Amino acid sequence: MATFKVNGVQHQLDIEAEMPLLWVIRDELGLTGTKFGCGIAACGACTVHVNGKAVRSCVIPISQVENAEITTIEGLALAINGNSPTAAKYTDVQQAWINHQVPQCGYCQSGMIMAVTDLLANNPNPSDEDIDRSLSNICRCGSTPRVRKAIRSLANA
Amino acid sequence: MNISRRRFLLSTAVVGGGFIIGYAATRPSRHRIANDTLAASGQHYITAWLRIDADNRVTVYVPHSDMGQGIFNSLSMMAADEMDANWELVTAEQAPATDLFANGELISGFASEFGVPSFLHGIIGASALKVAQLVNVQATGGSSSVRFTGEIAMRNAGAAARQMLIECAAQRWDVPADECYTKLSYVHHNASGSSFSYGELAADAAQMEPPEKPTLKNPSEFNIMGKALSRADIPIKVNGTAKYGIDAFSKDMLFAAIRISPVFGAKLVSVDATEALSRRGIKRVIKLKDSVAVVADNYWRAKEALNRVTTEFEQTGNEQVNSTDIFAQFDHDLAAGSGKKILERGDAKKAMDEAKGTIEAGYRVPFLAHATMEPMNCTVHFHDGKADVWTSTQDNLGIRGRVASIGNLDENDVTMHPVYLGGGFGRRLPFNWNMIDHATLIAKGFDVPVKTIFSREDDIQQDYYRPAVSSNLRAAFDAAGNVTTWENRFTGPIMGPGAAHIPYAIPNQSIRYVNSRTHVPVAAWRSVDHSQHTFFTESFIDEIAQYSGKNPYNFRMELLAEHPRHRKVLEVAAASAGYGQDLPDGHAMGIAVQESFGSIVAEIAEVSIGNNGQLRVHKVTCAIDCGRAINPDTVEQQVESGIIFGLSAALYGEITIKNGRVVQNNFPDYNMIRMAQTPEIQVHIVESGEALGGLGEPATPPIAAAVTNAIYILTGQRIRELPIMNHNLTRSAPVAQR
Repeated sequence: MATFKVNGVQHQLDIEAEMPLLWVIRDELGLTGTKFGCGIAACGACTVHVNGKAVRSCVIPISQVENAEITTIEGLALAINGNSPTAAKYTDVQQAWINHQVPQCGYCQSGMIMAVTDLLANNPNPSDEDIDRSLSNICRCGSTPRVRKAIRSLANA
Repeated sequence: MNISRRRFLLSTAVVGGGFIIGYAATRPSRHRIANDTLAASGQHYITAWLRIDADNRVTVYVPHSDMGQGIFNSLSMMAADEMDANWELVTAEQAPATDLFANGELISGFASEFGVPSFLHGIIGASALKVAQLVNVQATGGSSSVRFTGEIAMRNAGAAARQMLIECAAQRWDVPADECYTKLSYVHHNASGSSFSYGELAADAAQMEPPEKPTLKNPSEFNIMGKALSRADIPIKVNGTAKYGIDAFSKDMLFAAIRISPVFGAKLVSVDATEALSRRGIKRVIKLKDSVAVVADNYWRAKEALNRVTTEFEQTGNEQVNSTDIFAQFDHDLAAGSGKKILERGDAKKAMDEAKGTIEAGYRVPFLAHATMEPMNCTVHFHDGKADVWTSTQDNLGIRGRVASIGNLDENDVTMHPVYLGGGFGRRLPFNWNMIDHATLIAKGFDVPVKTIFSREDDIQQDYYRPAVSSNLRAAFDAAGNVTTWENRFTGPIMGPGAAHIPYAIPNQSIRYVNSRTHVPVAAWRSVDHSQHTFFTESFIDEIAQYSGKNPYNFRMELLAEHPRHRKVLEVAAASAGYGQDLPDGHAMGIAVQESFGSIVAEIAEVSIGNNGQLRVHKVTCAIDCGRAINPDTVEQQVESGIIFGLSAALYGEITIKNGRVVQNNFPDYNMIRMAQTPEIQVHIVESGEALGGLGEPATPPIAAAVTNAIYILTGQRIRELPIMNHNLTRSAPVAQR
């Protein structure tokens, strides 16, 4: 029996201990905002937060997140902005993504936003080298120049 | 239903007092079968529908797929501008894949019988609706959406709607139409101070005959086109709610993992699935002609079980083929025949014989996979003699027909559910149907939705690849060192003859190709033939400049006297990049320029090579002449996108064949540039006012040669084979640039 929380909701599932978190989220819970890209933690499309830290969910067995608090892209605004009636609908990172029109096809952006949110939480004013070192997500559309601009706009805020 | 006499525009009432106007067209399509059929029968198909409701809202139905290019935004901007609509009241929807293509007979007898798409049935008040048998094309490709659907259909439909609304208002007021004007979804009459909203006029407008030839605005009258308006699809792409094909989901859904013969086209001989079948959640193991699939209640369970299935495939005779054999075959075929003509100008043979000097070089590029971020997938739900389909495709109508034919259904019983595409780049175009075919066959035995997903490994190893090409180039010079002759012999197949053309004024040219087929399936890849040929031609023109003792920029400008648009983009890019000025030690700039899909793009790459041979592309300065920018922000975005896509391929992209199958597996060995390798990109839009050019593809072709031309300056090494990562780069004294 696997016990964990996703976006504040407690789950207890009778599933194999080695099932990757990605497929639990997508196929067992039906939360499709977290994307499958490579299955080997090479591209970052499946990035979620486990206890606030960005991880690539396609290689994390569910047994490793026992009792953990997991946040997916769908729950990010709630996790960061809270659920008061005045809470902003988008996090600062999401809003910067809208302001800079970052996504193209958008498929990698859930993972990109989860990774950037973690980066900025630990390093609110990252240098270019910090950004390069900590963001290895793949975007086939080439949104990376705008990702950098959007991060800089937050760092300077 | 009212139609204009020339039968391009048609309009009708919608329930609730609105009206709808459509534009029918016969235009060249990339879909060869559709072209042939349309040309043969004089058929028309509908490419744009605009709907105005009584509440003054405007809906633009877009017959294309969004794979990141912002097409809903650009196309609805074009329609809304011609209508003088209030942009705040305009929304775009994807036209569902249905009978948008009316057959010629129906168009002829149109008034009562015209086939109105079934997705509009619920909202159309007309009584006689007969949906035409369709020609199955709704393709998005060839950088064509804005150029054709937008420039022709959307603008004409918008302008016609505006004229009809004015006419309606003029009749109500009993004033001449030319005393009325439109603004922000209202028709106004100054003298009386009266106005009507479009919504108030829509029901009456539906009774009118559309104008035969609506008057389009001059660019100076645009008030929506040309603005950097935000895309409506961005908010749902940052909060996880945008639905892609792979996101189709239901509680009773089943999931399939598949193993297709690794050597293309091999038939399945035998399967041992004993262990797989005993695992949790496994519903069925399905044997197909060339593959085996495991269906389970969770994709991971299906994939894990599939890993425990042993398979044997028939020998095809290609089990010994390696990439080296393929390139040897290319060399052999190029040597064996003179090939098919693409261009002969002057007398290349004579000029070559009389030359005082010649240079020659063999170039080659490998196969490439598309590697869309969203792996190929397709969900099919067979039920009640019908099927529902969710799949990310550049061709919804084509897929509908394909599923119907494989599933033995009437096309009208197949419903395509529109979804966003996690990238396309040509992979999701017509005929690249292996995922659709397999998913349909797998789902056929179930009455619940079955989602088949390619793992990334499948996605890379079961693609339809950018063709590998070899190109043998020769140039001849006269006694004064002027280039007199350009000769190119390269391998096909080719998908369009224009990519190997050069704009340079070289009097004698001979461009020919030899078809050299392999067992590797090929298809269009972003920019089609241009990604290969621009690398060849823009590298070799640098070699010619070097031989002539001229600076690559000045040399190009001299030979482009007849091409002012090429000169202009080169000038703009060079000025912005600071070309010719001093650079930091170890830096150099390379140039390339190419026209493709109606746009002309110059790129200047600033590159350095470290003492350890480490290559870095610091900055790419790009100037694009796409005629006019509908949305400058989208133009910039597509140019950034095209450059990065091309740069990944130039630096790392290589699909290698060994023992008849693809060697590469996943992103580690089919690598992409990430944040750390992304150059700064400067984009300059040159508004020439010429016909609209495409945007999705034209920025991809020049980047490889721009980078390798810079590498040459730093190392003296002429990179004639991609990818660049296969070369050891060593800095030498910079090659002099005059």
